[in-house]
Amino acid sequence: MTTITQPSHQSLPAARPKRNERERRKFLSAPTLLFMILVTQVPFVLTLYYSFQNWNLLRPGNINWIGFRNYLRAFENPDFLAILWNTLVLSLSVVIITFVLGMLFALLLNRPFVGRGLARTLLISPFLVMPVVTAVLWKNVLLNPTIGLVSFFLSLFGLPPIDWLAHYAMPAIIATVSWQWTPFVMLILLAGLQSLPESTLEAASLDGANGLNLFRFIILPHLTTFIEIALLMEVLFILNIFGEIFVMTTGGPGIATTNLPFEIYKEAFLRWNISRAAAFGVLAVIMANIVVLLFLRVLRRQSGPALES
Amino acid sequence: MLKPALRERLLTVLTLFLAFLMFFPILWMVLTSFKTEQIAFAFPPKFFFTPTLENWQIALVGTDYLRFLGNTLIITGLATLTALILGIPAAYAMAFYPTKRTDSSMMWVMSTRMLPPAGVIVPLYVIFQSLKLLDTHLGMIIIYTAMNVPLVIWMVRSFMLDIPFEIIEAARMDGVTLWQEVRTMILPLIVPGLAATALLCFIFTWNEFFFAFSLTTKGAAPLSVYISSFKTAEGLFWAKMSAAATATIFPVLVAGWVAQRQLVTGLTMGAVK
Repeated sequence: MTTITQPSHQSLPAARPKRNERERRKFLSAPTLLFMILVTQVPFVLTLYYSFQNWNLLRPGNINWIGFRNYLRAFENPDFLAILWNTLVLSLSVVIITFVLGMLFALLLNRPFVGRGLARTLLISPFLVMPVVTAVLWKNVLLNPTIGLVSFFLSLFGLPPIDWLAHYAMPAIIATVSWQWTPFVMLILLAGLQSLPESTLEAASLDGANGLNLFRFIILPHLTTFIEIALLMEVLFILNIFGEIFVMTTGGPGIATTNLPFEIYKEAFLRWNISRAAAFGVLAVIMANIVVLLFLRVLRRQSGPALES
Repeated sequence: MLKPALRERLLTVLTLFLAFLMFFPILWMVLTSFKTEQIAFAFPPKFFFTPTLENWQIALVGTDYLRFLGNTLIITGLATLTALILGIPAAYAMAFYPTKRTDSSMMWVMSTRMLPPAGVIVPLYVIFQSLKLLDTHLGMIIIYTAMNVPLVIWMVRSFMLDIPFEIIEAARMDGVTLWQEVRTMILPLIVPGLAATALLCFIFTWNEFFFAFSLTTKGAAPLSVYISSFKTAEGLFWAKMSAAATATIFPVLVAGWVAQRQLVTGLTMGAVK
């Protein structure tokens, strides 16, 4: 159930604490909200502030206001456009792959069988693995061209080894991140499937619906909100992918796998161009907020018992 | 058409096979950690071998591993605790004493969880530098507390709303104080939910890399930063690397397996239960 429209407890007059006591309790959230404002909003306002300056730690001197120049220069730079494109390609590819696989696994898990708990436990595990470990594991143990497991399986079919991270860096990153995020989509879709009343499915099959029709006309419409929630939240996290890229490719070859967070890291901590990193940071926040708005709209629209499983 | 019983059995076999396939990289890493370096480096890979604990010993005791583990434990433990201490009162106020602004506060809290770390990293670095918080436990605890508070507020509030209100009502008629109400009635009723919330905070904090990598160097660096230094392993010490990595993911795997049921609720901030 979405919590937004979940009714809050209304107390009867007799059960209410005294009026000033009630006022006092309302403010229990104030210190927490103040803390959150200090730690999250103040840095963001500062990001905005820095982004209109030309502050570079490697060039001591006057810090001036330069208006939108950081932003304008970014959009004139083909490299930066390529980085935005990488960010988009990575997010969309992962979303599509994890959606297909997550749906498949959720459908397979949504039936009783011996070993179901085990299968579920094994399937969620990739999501729990520390992303940096995932990256080290894929880079060294699976994708290493000379002795990696993937090369071994290719050799079983008489195929030559492939240096994935040199020639197919982006697909390698996409595969790694998809492995990690498939369980996330699977779990949410599985919760959705389990909230579908058995009787609905039975009635439909009695009416002669076959598997495909059942999926298309009963299951998929029921899952719409779950799919939206899963994919929008996933995009929010994928937009922030950093560790996998840092470990596996350091953004390369060239800038082939550099996404926006990695570029911000390079701008801030390798080139020490504080203001330009801040401007890119603002763009990252804008991109994320577009997704957040879509997400909140889904939550607001689909309220009530529809999401209860 | 296959007979239904046979079809069911084939689907079961397929499911278990795919589950095994997805898990295989993790299993392979665990196996590698028990190999000698020569066997770990062998091509074609060896599936059967005599296990050895040598690499575990070297990886965990012979390196700085334990120091990084200590940092991770301090940061993760205290950040989870602080997030609960800050989040529970807020969740209580928003569950039992809602105002006109509660809904928008909840939305705002959620949006802070979704703020891209890269969007605030520059000023955080500058602020941390001037407050001497760079590379300190305290600095990381503050960041991770802020990362976890939204999760705590959303989850704990939804658990509090599940409490039948008659119980609380009856106690209030008897004139219990706020502290008595929370300690003797509300908290005991939501203990399972609190445990799940704490586990999720623990998982997110333990695995975080971006803030840790940007804001720590040596002194307060957690395990994620240590593991990332294996990015140029080049096959020379795979078995040791696998031992360190296995030890690092083990607590989170167990926590996640235990909290399986609440994982979805936590991941979607309570949007899906």
